[in-house]
Amino acid sequence: MEITEIYEKLKKVFETGLGEIKTDIPTEPFFFADADKIDVICMFLRDEESLQFDNLSCLSGVDYDKDNLAVVYHLISYVHNHRLVLKTLAPKSNPVVKTVTDVWAAANWHEREAYDLIGINFEGHPDLRRILLPEDWEGHPLRKDYKVPEFYRGMKVPY
Amino acid sequence: MAELRTEELTINMGPQHPSTHGVLRLVLTLNGEIVTDVKPVLGYLHRCFEKHAEAMTYPQVIPYTDRMDYLNSMNNELAYVLAAEKLLGIEVPERVEYIRVIMCELQRIASHLVAIGTFGNDAGAFTPFLYCFADREKVLELFEIVCGARLLYNYIWIGGLSHDITPEFVKKTKEFIKYFRPRITQVNNLLSFNKIFIERTANIGILPPDVAINAGCSGPTLRGSGVKYDLRKDDPYSIYHKFDFDVCVGEGRYGVAGDCWNRYFVRALEMEQSLRIIEQAIDNIPEGDIASAVPKRVKPVAGESYVRTESPKGELSYYIISDGSLNPYRVKARSPSFCNLSVINQISRGYMIADVVMILGSFDIVLGCIDR
Repeated sequence: MEITEIYEKLKKVFETGLGEIKTDIPTEPFFFADADKIDVICMFLRDEESLQFDNLSCLSGVDYDKDNLAVVYHLISYVHNHRLVLKTLAPKSNPVVKTVTDVWAAANWHEREAYDLIGINFEGHPDLRRILLPEDWEGHPLRKDYKVPEFYRGMKVPY
Repeated sequence: MAELRTEELTINMGPQHPSTHGVLRLVLTLNGEIVTDVKPVLGYLHRCFEKHAEAMTYPQVIPYTDRMDYLNSMNNELAYVLAAEKLLGIEVPERVEYIRVIMCELQRIASHLVAIGTFGNDAGAFTPFLYCFADREKVLELFEIVCGARLLYNYIWIGGLSHDITPEFVKKTKEFIKYFRPRITQVNNLLSFNKIFIERTANIGILPPDVAINAGCSGPTLRGSGVKYDLRKDDPYSIYHKFDFDVCVGEGRYGVAGDCWNRYFVRALEMEQSLRIIEQAIDNIPEGDIASAVPKRVKPVAGESYVRTESPKGELSYYIISDGSLNPYRVKARSPSFCNLSVINQISRGYMIADVVMILGSFDIVLGCIDR
């Protein structure tokens, strides 16, 4: 199913929670969804008979622009063999996104990674801890304004 | 009789432990010898790949992708390069595509040989390990003929390749195919159908197909559960649609589909399929200039691309965002081992502590790929 059809289908079910759709871009089209509705939208995308996005291929945290962080979802349906790109924005001042771990177990570690490296808080995540960096590391390195700390536990960091 | 202590015991497996295949730490909670909880602790090999990539030009990232999954460098390069080419809109010459497929399938054989050898080694069978590594060395020699490197090649470039293949490589590859076919049977007889090995791996760590899909498992880990899904067939990239090969799944010949033995055996079957692909490709490589599509300056338009490929370990994808400058704005690697490992807690509970070693080995993880 094409992304425009999926978008129309969602529009009929969800009155609020869907952002604009971008199809006039050189690369893969996508649409936005609201951070506080993303879990129900994803649940619908997984369970609806004609969509059946049973696989979360990738979940990436992105330092999107000056004010926003973003989470990008790449969804795959093994049943229908179609794909979808979905994005949600969260303001840098308070980056909170609803978790999708209940929809796809794959999201668990991906969300921990996005929390660790970008600093997005996933509301409702069962185990939101750092995954790649040490637990007492400060800051989120993949933010564009990240400054490398001078010392970590007495060890010099930049070399 | 003194009273028995019955509380649960928490122990560390790793980070320095031979059966964790690198620096992975598993925090095991045990009830006697039965595992009740497994908590993987990652990050010991984190090398900030994604942060580094943002500070480099697109071609400079390629050697870093080599070092992600260091047993499988060709496939890593290919996945990244395909994502970059999609952003740039480059069509590569057919000759390049053929050579890339040959390299990636040779690499798949090398990677599976390590997986099979070390898995046998985990189970206590040391001899197959040596057989596998001796054969892998032959594949690495082929790579050495082409690009001079055994493990980290920087061979696949955006738009082309670093070196063209030589007639010597073609000759040696054909010799290798002839030599290697009987060797697969030999390894199967030594290890796969060995009664002791089957007892040790069949019916252990059963991963149901719906759990596998939901948790994002891919590659032999997914196919071992009986799901017939291979990106080379179901979402073809490069020129895989031109070749005739079978997608191998775990059929429960021993044990049940989804257990350690079936996950393992998918790899043994896939080596034969890789040979078939190489056979079809090696005789039909078209003439052409491998460097004709290599751009002088890699500066894609603003946009993003996401390309999924089937690496030996599973679905390896790169998500690249470009802001129109010389450096990528964001590079995210979706590594197969990362997602495969995340189900370990779910499928290890209730088994013996020694079975955790087999379950972990059956995923064929590489920590460089998980920690990035």
